[in-house]
Amino acid sequence: MLEKAFEGGKSYWAWIFFLCALIVVGFYYYLQQFSIGLGLTGMHRDVSWGLYIGQFTFLVGVAASAVMLVIPYYLHDFKKFGKIVILGEFLAISAVLMCMLFIMADMGQPMRFMNILLHPTPNSVMFWDFLVLAGYLVINALVGWVTLGADKKGSPPPKWIKFFIILSIPWAVSIHTVTAFLYAGLPGRHFWLSAIMAARFLASAFAGGPALLIILSLIVRKVSKFDPGKEPIQAVGRIVGYAMFANVFFLALEFFTAFYSGIPGHASGFKYLYVGLEGHSELVPLMWTSSIFAAVSLLMLIFPAIRKKEGLLALACVMLFISLWIDKGFGLIIGGFVPNPFEEVHTYWPTMPESVITVGVWAIGFLVLSMLYKIAISVREQTAGIEIEH
Amino acid sequence: MKLYDGGKIIVGLAVFLAFALFPFYNNIGKVNAKPEPKTDTPVIQEWEKQYGKKECVESKEFMRMEHMQLLNNWRDSVVRETYRQYVSTSNGKKFNMSLQTGCMNCHSNKKKFCDECHNYMAVVPYCWDCHIQPKEKEENKS
Amino acid sequence: MSMDRRQFLKIAGISSILGFGATAVSSAKSPVFETLAPPQVEPGKDALIAKRWAMVVDMSKFKTEEDIKKVVDACHHTHNVPDFRNPDGTADTKFEIKWIWKEPYERAFPGAENTYMGEHLKDMPFVVLCNHCENPPCVRVCPTKATFKLTNGITMQDMHRCIGCRFCMAACPYGSRSFNWVDPRKTLKPEFENKDYPTRTKGVVEKCTFCSERLQAGKIPACVEAAPKGAMFFGDIEDQNSEVRKIVTTQLTIRRRPELGTGPAVYYIIGGSEHA
Repeated sequence: MLEKAFEGGKSYWAWIFFLCALIVVGFYYYLQQFSIGLGLTGMHRDVSWGLYIGQFTFLVGVAASAVMLVIPYYLHDFKKFGKIVILGEFLAISAVLMCMLFIMADMGQPMRFMNILLHPTPNSVMFWDFLVLAGYLVINALVGWVTLGADKKGSPPPKWIKFFIILSIPWAVSIHTVTAFLYAGLPGRHFWLSAIMAARFLASAFAGGPALLIILSLIVRKVSKFDPGKEPIQAVGRIVGYAMFANVFFLALEFFTAFYSGIPGHASGFKYLYVGLEGHSELVPLMWTSSIFAAVSLLMLIFPAIRKKEGLLALACVMLFISLWIDKGFGLIIGGFVPNPFEEVHTYWPTMPESVITVGVWAIGFLVLSMLYKIAISVREQTAGIEIEH
Repeated sequence: MKLYDGGKIIVGLAVFLAFALFPFYNNIGKVNAKPEPKTDTPVIQEWEKQYGKKECVESKEFMRMEHMQLLNNWRDSVVRETYRQYVSTSNGKKFNMSLQTGCMNCHSNKKKFCDECHNYMAVVPYCWDCHIQPKEKEENKS
Repeated sequence: MSMDRRQFLKIAGISSILGFGATAVSSAKSPVFETLAPPQVEPGKDALIAKRWAMVVDMSKFKTEEDIKKVVDACHHTHNVPDFRNPDGTADTKFEIKWIWKEPYERAFPGAENTYMGEHLKDMPFVVLCNHCENPPCVRVCPTKATFKLTNGITMQDMHRCIGCRFCMAACPYGSRSFNWVDPRKTLKPEFENKDYPTRTKGVVEKCTFCSERLQAGKIPACVEAAPKGAMFFGDIEDQNSEVRKIVTTQLTIRRRPELGTGPAVYYIIGGSEHA
């Protein structure tokens, strides 16, 4: 099946070539960063995590979202998702890969990364994060490959794969819970010290990931003969709606605790992000864009009349994805570090090299995604009309 | 017997050989003298005067094979366990477990000692990224 | 036997993984992982020992800016801490690395100030450093145990093992940790280097180590040594006869952010002390 990734028309190869170009440029800047140090980024003593960790946090959510297709299809026999579960699993592979690359890009001494395995530290959440992400990558690669291979042959997949499929469900929840635990257990950072951090993460994951999947499905329909189907896409749209509602609701809960309690430490992170603090309001326009996009996309998803029009659904998904990307991939991280433990405001903004490296990693993710999707689409096109049994 | 895709295979083999044999043809003509580390620093000469012979932490053979492991173990012992003195198994003497102020105290001629073998073996230990190299008279090291 | 390409790739893949795995497991038995233990190793002959090192600071004994600067310089010079400056001489807050430094009261104890407090009180200088907490969040989160507790109570930093993930910096509630964003040797002049202590390299986190290497050689921390008489005390707080124990038992001392349960080992005397 791998050979299908190398068979394509002009537009496919143009896209691949474009991604490779982005990767090469990103890699060049990464070499600079490797040689000069992380000082090449915008991070500093007070905001010691930035765009890279933000992207990692956001993408763990996207990776976990595959479970939103797996649960209905495998646990509840929702046959409509039969043809597109593979798209979710392949998106998970691509997302987890990007997570790992962002972590490597963010490390001060990446050559020492084996220390995590050589000196295992069970009390460290980061140790567990590494393990569960690696495990999730393996599970999704295995499940995706085996089920797609079985579809190609036109026969049901081997029975043992069911174990891994079911395993992927709690595993998906765990990867994002563990990632939330990175933040939610730090006593000094009141912006993150919230019990519903993991719940917020899961809600935004289950909204953002499937939203991306809808966009990708619509693109797949445009560029190939494989049609994921109107009904499945609508079903995913409903899931995105519910998850986004939970996400917005949870954010509102955070606001309530922060401001009604009146404790300065809890509220100052929010103040910095949404109205500015001590004269610094660099992130305010960005955060309001995120909030407005969130509200508008949620309304668009709630009303069936709007959601049923695929063009508007796509628009809602794009706005939702951008909103969550800003909120989780950027605002969440910076808000935790500002103000610093001395109640000073030192701002952060990514530098150009940092942004280019980020784009390069996304390009790697999209390259893997495109090639995997090409394989999946080719198999679907071949087996179109044949009933898929799992 | 026909060689299918012969063109691609021959080219692929040629590229592989170009990479695999690079260390060999790259070094043709370069002089690679046998390394001869010198142990005649003032501190070692003082030791020789005091004890009658040159002695290191362990025997020369052991050090040649194991000094990397020994340094790693010393590192963990000093930083993580706060021990400071090493009791030699070969001569029972106590040595300060330190690269910068222990080893380099005697072997202050890094260029004529450490670098002799390291350069020959094309080894670049990264100890010196942090540990300060001893000042040597010929060059200004940064 | 005939096999197709997929079978060949599968067998090759599994053999490689088994091969690497077996090498890794067998190398785990190598001397690299053996730790030295007594009697092959011993503490330094004058080493200072304690069950729990602690520090008491009496800011009223720091009379001038110079007094504080002497303490900071003693530490930073002893440990080759780089000095990143902007062209105008102010500290470069992006890259700066500091193990011990001065903060005004309202910053060292945020939330403790009040609206009616005079400015001179809000600006009262305090010397701040790593608190070597009893229950340190940084140690809890480090994925490689590069930061860890010594048996003498010091929260130690192993710059050899640090992978530079900066989780500890996120976890520390006191902002005590610094990261080497670039090569620190750029700002170190060779004539000011302490040749008896290493520098660090880019990509690792560093912080105050309560001068563990000096304690091993029988010396008190550099900052305590350079401080004015009676300004800083250092000792074993579990030793009933130590000065730090006596002060903390008999005088009012505060610690930074005690409500977080970290159990800092740095105490600040309120109201000045008679100890000279």
